[in-house]
Parts: sequence; C-alpha cells; structure tokens
Amino acid sequence: MVKAIYPKGKIVAKTGNEVMAEAMRQISPDVVAAYPITPATEIVQIFSQFVADGRVPTEYVAVESEHSAMSATIAASVAGARAMTGTSSQGFALMWEMLYIAAGLRLPIVMAEVNRALSAPINIHGDQSDTMGARDAGWIQIYSENSQEAYDNMIQSVKIAEKAKLPTMVTTDGFIISHCMEVVEVYPDEDVKAFVGEYKPERALLDYKKPFTLGAIELQDYYFEHRWQLAEGMRNAKKIVLDVAQEFKNKFGREYGFYEKYKMDDAEVAIVTIGSAAGTTKFVIDELREKGIKAGLIKIRVYRPFPADEIAKDLSKVKAFAVLDRSDSCSGTFAPVYLDVVSALFANGLNIKSENYVYGLGGREISTEHIAEVYSKLGKIAKGEIAPSKTVEYINVRIK
Amino acid sequence: MKKEEKKLTAAELPAGGILEGGTAQDFKTGSWRSMRPVWNKDKCIHCLSCWIYCPDSAIKIAPDPKKTTVVTGIDYDFCKGCGICSKECPVKVQAITMEVEKK
Repeated sequence: MVKAIYPKGKIVAKTGNEVMAEAMRQISPDVVAAYPITPATEIVQIFSQFVADGRVPTEYVAVESEHSAMSATIAASVAGARAMTGTSSQGFALMWEMLYIAAGLRLPIVMAEVNRALSAPINIHGDQSDTMGARDAGWIQIYSENSQEAYDNMIQSVKIAEKAKLPTMVTTDGFIISHCMEVVEVYPDEDVKAFVGEYKPERALLDYKKPFTLGAIELQDYYFEHRWQLAEGMRNAKKIVLDVAQEFKNKFGREYGFYEKYKMDDAEVAIVTIGSAAGTTKFVIDELREKGIKAGLIKIRVYRPFPADEIAKDLSKVKAFAVLDRSDSCSGTFAPVYLDVVSALFANGLNIKSENYVYGLGGREISTEHIAEVYSKLGKIAKGEIAPSKTVEYINVRIK
Repeated sequence: MKKEEKKLTAAELPAGGILEGGTAQDFKTGSWRSMRPVWNKDKCIHCLSCWIYCPDSAIKIAPDPKKTTVVTGIDYDFCKGCGICSKECPVKVQAITMEVEKK
C-alpha cells in the first residue's frame, strides 16, 4: 500500500481516472480538448467539472469526435498553449493521423490514455492494443502500474514533453486501474505547479512578431531530415526522462526510471511486462522467493523511448525470461514488447532463452497461478529440461 | 549550368517542420518557364494591371517622382511564364508580349 513520503502530501482514496483528472487540474493547462470514451470518460468529465466550477482556468473545448479533440489540441499547442487531452481505445484510434502530426510538428502535448481493447469484437475492457499500435507514432509512452504512478507520471510528463518537444501519453490499464479505488498520495497544488513550471514555447504561431510556416509540404529533399530529427528527439528524450525523474525524486521523494526492477539482483528467471500485471507478478515473486526460486521482474514504465541497452544489461545475468504482452501484433511472429526486448539483447550480443506470452486481451483475467506457471516453465527452460517455444504463447485462452 | 541549391541538414533545420518566413525568396522558380513575357518600356503606361494580376510577385515596381509607382521590369527569377500579365495589359497598349523561352 502507498505510504506518505512527501511531508506536505495527503493520503486520499482515488481511482486512476480521478487521480489523472486531479493531476490535470493541478497542472492547469491552458487548453483541454476532449471527447468522452469508456473507460477514460471520467478523466475529462471530472476535469470539465473543475472547469465549470471555476477550480481551473483552462479553456475546455468540447468537440464532436476524438479526431477533432486531437486536432484542437494540436492547434492550441501550435498557438503556444500548454494543451492536454484524454482518450482510450477507439477514440485513440480515431486520433491516429493526428497523432503523427502532433509528433512531426514536435508539439509537447500530454495525453491521459486509458488502455482498452480495440474492436472488433467490441469490448470495453483493458488491454494495451490501442497504444501499442501507436508505438511508432513518435510519442513518448509512459505506462502506469497503479494510480500513484499514473498521478506521478502525469506530473512528470508535462516537463518531459516540453523539454523533449515530443508529445507524451501516460496510460493506465482500463478498469483495473482506471476504475479501481486505491490509496494515493497527492501533493499540494502549489508544489505541483512549481514543479511543472510555466510553459514558454520557443515558437508560437500567435507570436506575430516572429512569423513562421508550420506543416509545409516537404518532398524528397527535406522530409527525411525532419523525420530523422524526430527519431533523434526520441533518442535524446531518454536523458530527459531520467533528469525529470531525478528532479521529481528530489522534490516529492518517489523514485522513477525507465523501468522498475523487482528482485532482479540475483534473479535466474525473469518476467518483463508493462502495467498492472506487474503488481500480480510481484506477489507471485514473493511466494516463489519463499520457496527458494530466484524469480525477478522488469516492469517497463517508459516504453517509448525504449531503454534497450539498459534492459539488455539487466537481463544479461538471467538464465531464462519471458515477456508478457497485453497486446498481440498479429504479425505472424511475436508481440511488440518481446520484439523490442529480444532485439535489444541481440544488439548487445546476448542470446538468452526466452518466451513470449500474450495475455489479458479484452480484459481477460490474469491470475497468480498463470504467472506462477510461466515462472515454472522458465525454471525448466533455465535447467535445460525443455526448450523455449519458437512461437508466441497465449495465457488463459480457450484454443482447443 | 544550374547552380546546385544548398540544402540544410537536420542539425541546421528548426525542429518540427518549422520554416522561417520568406523562404520562397530563396527558391528560384523561374526555371519552370516555357514562355517568357517581354516588357516594352516605351509602350508601358504604368497602369499596374500586370502587377495586380501577377499570381507571383514577378512584376518589379518602384516609386517614381512623377507618378506614384512605375513598372521597372519582370523578375525572371520567379516568373513562371503564365502570361496573365500579357493578357491583362490593356489592348491598346500591349506593352507585354509572350515569346518562346530559349533554353
């Protein structure tokens, strides 16, 4: 359970959505444009109430679709405003073309995103298919295990986005975190405001004294240079993410990095995953450790930019590991997080036995038994009793 | 021979596809032309119709002590040879005629 760390902090009971809306109120952006969608509806609903009650001076733009929400957010950001939005799943998918434009124009937009399955079949529950599909869109992606992380990530994301000049999304797992009431430590408004600071854009379209063209056509001669800049911006964002995390720790006391290592120092078998399943995994690890099994976890927080070399280093000593993906790539091979992890290992000259599991699609339960089973198989693979699967495996799905 | 245009590197370009104002001045578009307008200084009555109608800014003008503004020539760096100036030049005057561009 979350304990108070910050001397002026306050322990409250809040859902993931409530705490993300609270963070947005404290950040107090100039413009929020959003359209409601389950399970992220509450974020903008609560925030719009803050606006209506005069508790935040933000210009709230109620639009008619998520495509417009993202467009209005981009326009506000281009004009020089600190702009935010929130969405989930199909709404996120409807923003698609605008996501790439926000990144290409290097706009520091922050989005509160709740991970939910994509249609069809229609499903409102949590999996990470939506944002995983946008992993190459040029957005920084920060995933949260619980409400505390969602709150802290939102506060940090504003600074990260503005320093990196990259749009940033902070996500929670749909319903599991978005609707689950948890104990969260919140910080005083003035301290959050002081931490995020005032937004001073270098260039803004409303600054008529320094006119410029934005979004011009660039063909064979210039497009590539700007896309290289974007990719380089993402590479440079790694240091910014760590710097902001350090600043956050100095101010509020909580420690964040690219990922959290749980009992990895002497781990022989490890799971790599993202989001709320990490909590379940930690519980299983504690049980296995009592039995003398050296199990560990890497919980990825920052998926874009991907901390490849760091993960490779931290996995280098394990005998076998599994990556648990809460989305499937439908590529005929493996799921996204596994592909990133194994390419990181390969680039670092490491060949470690590994497996890839897809779990929890459409909110399907993942229990402690499922995770214990993965560790049990990893143990056998580590001992050389069985060979790792050459294809993606699935947890808790009725295949035959 | 056409001079090679100096292209900016990723390090030189402002981030995010920003282009500074007025960059069109550095992009000489006159080479697109297949027809060339020829301006006859003696026939011109400086009505400025050609200047008004030019879709680019290829009609050169200057202040003049006697009249407010006079035409001084055609900017072949940017004229694409559309012929609108020649068409709009008053029928009685015909100070601008179109000729085939010699490459």
